[in-house]
Amino acid sequence: MPEPILEVRDLTVHFYTYAGIVKAIEKVSFDVYRGETFALVGETGCGKSVTSRALTQLIESPGKIVDGKVLYHREDGSTIDLLKLSDEEIRDIRGKEIAYIFQDPHASLDPLYTVGYQIAEAMVVHNTVKDWKEGFRKAVDILRRVLIPDPENRVKNYPHEMSGGMKQRVVIGIGISNNPKILIADEPTTALDVTVQAQILELMNKLKEEYNTTVILITHNMGVVAEMADRVAVMYAGKIVEIGSVEQIFKNPLHPYTQGLLRAVPNPLAKIERLETIPGTVPNLIEPPSGCRFHPRCPRAMEVCRKKVPELKEIEPGHFVACHLY
Amino acid sequence: MSEPILEVRNLKKYFPIRGLFRTEGYVKAVDGVSFEIMPGETFGLVGESGCGKTTTGRTILRLIEPTDGQIIFQGKDVTKLKGEEMKWFRRKAQIMFQDPYSSLNPRQTVFEIIMEPVRFHGIEVDDPEDFVIRLLESVGLNEMHLYRYPHEFSGGQRQRIALARILALQPEFVVLDEPTSALDVSVQANILNTMKDLQKKHGFTYLFISHDLGVVKYMSHRMGVMYLGKLVEVGPSERIFENPLHPYTKFLLSAIPVPDPELARELKEKRMKVEGEPPSPINPPKGCRFHPRCPFAKAGLCDRQEPPLVEVEKDHYVACWLYAKA
Repeated sequence: MPEPILEVRDLTVHFYTYAGIVKAIEKVSFDVYRGETFALVGETGCGKSVTSRALTQLIESPGKIVDGKVLYHREDGSTIDLLKLSDEEIRDIRGKEIAYIFQDPHASLDPLYTVGYQIAEAMVVHNTVKDWKEGFRKAVDILRRVLIPDPENRVKNYPHEMSGGMKQRVVIGIGISNNPKILIADEPTTALDVTVQAQILELMNKLKEEYNTTVILITHNMGVVAEMADRVAVMYAGKIVEIGSVEQIFKNPLHPYTQGLLRAVPNPLAKIERLETIPGTVPNLIEPPSGCRFHPRCPRAMEVCRKKVPELKEIEPGHFVACHLY
Repeated sequence: MSEPILEVRNLKKYFPIRGLFRTEGYVKAVDGVSFEIMPGETFGLVGESGCGKTTTGRTILRLIEPTDGQIIFQGKDVTKLKGEEMKWFRRKAQIMFQDPYSSLNPRQTVFEIIMEPVRFHGIEVDDPEDFVIRLLESVGLNEMHLYRYPHEFSGGQRQRIALARILALQPEFVVLDEPTSALDVSVQANILNTMKDLQKKHGFTYLFISHDLGVVKYMSHRMGVMYLGKLVEVGPSERIFENPLHPYTKFLLSAIPVPDPELARELKEKRMKVEGEPPSPINPPKGCRFHPRCPFAKAGLCDRQEPPLVEVEKDHYVACWLYAKA
């Protein structure tokens, strides 16, 4: 039986904006198992990034974590609720035990400091090295680990002296500098070309195997999910609609949204006469649709879908879906 | 066999790098590209960022003046057009841009956005309102949207407005420059299908520029693969995907993560290993531009002489010394 490292329960985040309260995510619950790659997928605005940030309270005003629990099982056997920690306590965990890699490597790095300084800084602030000197020395090893050629010289580079792929390797380097237990990668390859993407994904897999890191991967790219993930949660309009193993989700998608999403992807290996589409647009989350949030666009919507919010139900072992059809 | 609607011959675009007092060099963005497009077909142009695909598209329309080469559109050399003839070309050849947020004037209503080019070209319209409504309907919008401003629309809807504006001029040739790259997959599928339908109905010829190989395969009849300002392979899209010839094309295709978990993992093992990233187009490598990264490069040949584009099977051309005689 796989053991969970994270148990997320009823996570709810609202943004208090001028136009009204945006219910970005609503009662999101899932488990992440130790050592797996767990993918959160969905389209723009579905709440996948908000979910990943809320795990370590990384939600800024006007956003607020309204409800929920994030139970983190540490390696020493203790369990803590990450949402109950003070700012100082969570800062101690974030960047050390739970690290992030964000989408845009240009925005993640400070243009005024060398990449070596920025990698060393991550270790110095968490006291995982004894001084800056050791930090710089370790930064060279880290650049070597993320396969940057000529690390002894590259460590003195400023971000503008590197290509996009190179910068993302540095960002990954900062992420893994403290050997985190959980690595949260939010669209880590979206800003990169496919050939560079392939290199970065391979690097992430290699590092994951070496250090048995748990990876939470946030992406909209179904190809990346198919290649990387062990288990997948599909999000729509602030809710999880389906969770399952990657085989279950791709071979036997149950939720009409998951089915539509998979059929809308132009697969380069298949001959497609006509792509299937999902009619309508993503709803506004200030006043989300009643009942199932997908019902206005759902080809199989029934009367009950408008009235009752469907709960996640286990249909086959490990495969959960929130839909009244089941 | 009918005549091509567009013939590009040895097209070059060099951007000067200006120093304080003199030109210090050139970025050879497009360096001797030739291809033809037949009436009613979609020609796909793929490659990674910086390969020159967008510059090629814009130079063909003379949004950027070419450094050298010929662009023959319906028998006329576009590079020599002036006055009324240029105005004719500006109407017959249109472009759709990637970013639906910057390609529409935020101060104009949809009606004004669509009517402005119609008035400019002196096209007689009996009932402008009715004319615009019918255009909107043909791209999946309706009269409700007539007097709204761009900020009131989603990204997908804005691309539909851009399509309606193109349609208003009844062009024959449209450059689609990454038209769905900013959109979610379910919206993308909708727009791609609309563009296909319009092509069928009006007989449009498309030049479809994209970095997404799945999308290019779905949309185009023939395609060209670019690397560092050069076309390395041209042929029917089906054939290129079934039987890629150039090592770079093979590398590019093998890098795509396919949306099928079993296959993705199998293909990942077979993925071609190519080190590094494309070099700078300021000082491109001598000979074949891919030779420093190519696993099949032959010393003394590939690093000295540029390979010619040769026909290997019917309509399928490749520029590689593996297939040409020195």
